[in-house]
Amino acid sequence: MTTETADRAEAAAGVAPAADAGFLQRYGATIEYILIPGAALVGALAVFGMFVALFGKNPLDLYFYMYQGAFGTWFSWQNTLTRAAPLILTALCTALPAQLGMVIIGGEGALLIGALSATSVALAMPWAPPLVVQIAMVCAGVIGGGLWITLSGALRQYRGVNETISSLLLVYIGLAILNHLVEGMMRDPASLNKPSTREIGAANMIGSIPGTDVHWGLVFGLIAAFASYILIYHTVFGFSARVAGGNIRAARIVGLGVNKLILTICFLAGGAAGLAGMVEVAAVQGRTNANLAAGYGFTGILVAFLARHNPLAIIPVAILLGGISASGGLLQRRLGLPDASVLVLQGIIFVFVLASDALYGRIGFLKGKT
Amino acid sequence: MADGSIGLWTVPLAVFGGAIRVSTPFLFVSLGECITERSGRINLGLEGTLVMGAMSAYGISYLSGSPWLGVLAAGITGALLGALHAGICSLPRVNDIAVGIALMLFGTGLAFYLGKPLIEPTAARLPAIDFGWWSDVPQVRAALRINVLFLIGVALAPILYWAFKTTRWGLLIRTAGESSDAARAMGHSVLAIRLRATMVGGFLSGIGGSFLSLFYPGSWNEGLSSGQGITAVALVIFARWDPMLCLWASLAFGGAAALGPALQSVGVTSGYHLFNAAPYILTLAIMIITCSPKRTLTGAPAELSITR
Amino acid sequence: MEFGRISRRNLLQGGAALTLGSAFGMGAARAADTTIGFIYVGSRDDYGYNQAHAQGAAALKKLPGLKVVEEEKVPETDAVEKTIESMINLDGASLLFPTSFGYYNPHMIKMAKKFPKLRFEHCGGLWSDTDPKNAGSYFGYIDEAQYISGIVAGYSSKSGKIGFVAAKPIPQVLRNINAFALGARLANPKTTCQVIFTGDWSMPVKEAEATNSLIDQGVDVLTCHVDGPKTMVENAARRGAMVCGYHVNQSPLAPKAYLTGAEWNWEALYPKFVKMIAAGEAIPNFYRGGLKEEIVKCSPYGEAVSAEARKHADDVKAKFLSAEGYAVFKGGQLDNKGKTVIPAGTDRGQKDPELEKMDYLVEGVIGATS
Repeated sequence: MTTETADRAEAAAGVAPAADAGFLQRYGATIEYILIPGAALVGALAVFGMFVALFGKNPLDLYFYMYQGAFGTWFSWQNTLTRAAPLILTALCTALPAQLGMVIIGGEGALLIGALSATSVALAMPWAPPLVVQIAMVCAGVIGGGLWITLSGALRQYRGVNETISSLLLVYIGLAILNHLVEGMMRDPASLNKPSTREIGAANMIGSIPGTDVHWGLVFGLIAAFASYILIYHTVFGFSARVAGGNIRAARIVGLGVNKLILTICFLAGGAAGLAGMVEVAAVQGRTNANLAAGYGFTGILVAFLARHNPLAIIPVAILLGGISASGGLLQRRLGLPDASVLVLQGIIFVFVLASDALYGRIGFLKGKT
Repeated sequence: MADGSIGLWTVPLAVFGGAIRVSTPFLFVSLGECITERSGRINLGLEGTLVMGAMSAYGISYLSGSPWLGVLAAGITGALLGALHAGICSLPRVNDIAVGIALMLFGTGLAFYLGKPLIEPTAARLPAIDFGWWSDVPQVRAALRINVLFLIGVALAPILYWAFKTTRWGLLIRTAGESSDAARAMGHSVLAIRLRATMVGGFLSGIGGSFLSLFYPGSWNEGLSSGQGITAVALVIFARWDPMLCLWASLAFGGAAALGPALQSVGVTSGYHLFNAAPYILTLAIMIITCSPKRTLTGAPAELSITR
Repeated sequence: MEFGRISRRNLLQGGAALTLGSAFGMGAARAADTTIGFIYVGSRDDYGYNQAHAQGAAALKKLPGLKVVEEEKVPETDAVEKTIESMINLDGASLLFPTSFGYYNPHMIKMAKKFPKLRFEHCGGLWSDTDPKNAGSYFGYIDEAQYISGIVAGYSSKSGKIGFVAAKPIPQVLRNINAFALGARLANPKTTCQVIFTGDWSMPVKEAEATNSLIDQGVDVLTCHVDGPKTMVENAARRGAMVCGYHVNQSPLAPKAYLTGAEWNWEALYPKFVKMIAAGEAIPNFYRGGLKEEIVKCSPYGEAVSAEARKHADDVKAKFLSAEGYAVFKGGQLDNKGKTVIPAGTDRGQKDPELEKMDYLVEGVIGATS
């Protein structure tokens, strides 16, 4: 990537007028990072518009309702941000290990285990003041989810088990454990037709950001994303991780503790997803039950890949996907489209954005006309 | 057994029957993915292909009245999705795992979108061959009503094993998977080989889907796959890219899926959630036992993005 | 310029409905220009639970002055809160039907508190005095129809073994299993009913495996309580067993094997609700009813049902419809562990709240609740 950027800058400097060259040299790469995904998005929306036109719907209506449902009103914005909040956290579960070249797709499992741990801790300390309970829940969620993904990392390092598969299998196992406990040992006898744990209590709920309906999970997500960005790009630890991600052998040669790196990153990744689980309990459900398996972990994988595993890029991508799912309801109600249209649209956007990766460094005016 | 019950024998019989009934989609998807991965690509999108195959098979069988036409349609749909995957992956710097996830969403979404009107109608179903004629026990006869697709799948495994070892095509696919430079040096286009391998993989996965909707459970609905495609992709890595191991792994998975309900039917009722998760726990346990950090993923194609 | 026109028109419509809706919620006799929102947890074409509700919604669409908006596959998370708000804010809905059990608490309760002037009618929940007055819960005693199915099953079973494919051991499901078994034992006291839990509401492969396991155990009449009975009905019929349907009439799937079935009758109840509101009557917050109240119904008998079975079933049906009613759960009932669960001499009438907490399987049922 670095050599390409240099090539591009060189080409720009050689041909274009000096002032422009300086501008492009400095910002060419940034412009690309905005322009190319933007164009891919427009292309995907155009294809999706054609798709619905095949079924006799007016694409202009489609775009209008998508805008209205996702960003058209203050309510729509809150709807979008609420849906984006867990996605930022679960996306980190895939994006962080990706720095080391690992593909972890088990965020959903870490979310469930995080939620279960956080609930257990809250139920175990009914005497404690809310703030203490909440802090304990955050810790439990992070540790529970963190250890769950660390298990995948450890199996890879110490047993050679592929982390993609183990993390996926752990999702199903985590869900089975959750269901088993919620319908058995941890069941609140009063939760009749929806087997659930006991409630953590209204006082222990973390509530919404003042002035909005968006819960604090959004703030947690933003903090986690910024912290991850600083960790990966501005610390020695992050530098080592990126080196190891580029070449494990090289990392070993320069004396990096690869095992420690992998386990730490896995812990942080799982911790982020576990935190998402804690937020679902403490801000939304108030207890643990099967409703927590709502697929946030799986959508998070999509967010991470679309954001090219950049912790900061995860934020706008999560908001975009939150917006799509927020507007999905309006598409069903106004245009009579089935719920699956959201999946189709996500798939098309994803395909376009991925295919557009091929364009980097190849856009004529950004590298000057040669 | 005057009352027609076979008591505790239900469990081994159900596991045996389940191995035959439930394994076929796993078998087709894992064999298809085996071909694709041997050529150096991973297609995680086969979950979408499976669901899309199930939907299109059901739709075509319903419209035409011929289930075999449905199977063919499922295969073609799968091959097209495979071509799409290969096409996008052939662009420079595109990550094949990510494209797979995208196509998983796209395939599932498209199948749900187009499949809405197909949930209620009943389509013509694939026939079964009665291998249990020799038995007087109806349970055994039922377990031995076997679909041709299962037999094709079972036959396909050794054929693929042989083809990878001895045929020119097998060699080409393996070369593309082990070293794209070597394949290029031999004068072959790696992209073209991978395109074909991914299309064949998609074709087989689509047929796996047609088994779901046209034989067992035997109708189209949105919960039909419940992750069988993605599990089958995991099976390939578990089976170390060996078609014969894919066969055994698929059979084990099918049998394990039948374990939970069968145990309940003989009175083992506690912890049914954990028994239902048996296939996943079993796979993880076997991987932990059989893998070793020293010989990570023996048999793995060197060009595969997850092993590089 | 269609674009602008549509948006203005919709916004105007939304606003108008909102103001009318507010009046409507306070009991004014205005059914005209009312928007009603329906929310389904699964696909509305699932040939089962959600389709039954969608058929009820379709009955409302035929009435003049009503607009029905629907959204399917809404998970039981804060997504349903946002869907409710979106229906209110963007569509002007003033009467909402969230139709899945998990929507009730905390999600719908929260929304009912937030929009005290609008009306919320939840299917399946247990409204209590502490819940908002503008919220209500309705449900049908579908165990009455299951009891009738059980009678028919008891006559039709040659082996004396009938089977039940169930999703989860929760009160609503256990009540159906017990009613089915009691009905069958009324017809043939030696009948046993075996139950297998699949663990979730839509697991076609598990449902098919459960069906096969039951038949392997000698069961020859089956019914189920999962979201989409199609899998069970088709697979049982293929193995030569008889079936009783659930949620909607599945007889077209297996005309020869279909005996009868327990169906919802929402297309009768929903128009009744709307008429009650239009007439200024208050819908009771806790609304329940069975065959007599036309909330549930039985599928027409299949050709395989004997004359004797028809007569017995019709007699009991007549008792359900009579003024004094009929108790499915009579005094002196034992559970399948031999414990007395209903004391002798006290019949539990259908409206008895104890039945809503059912956590046992009656004598004659083979299976366990955990």
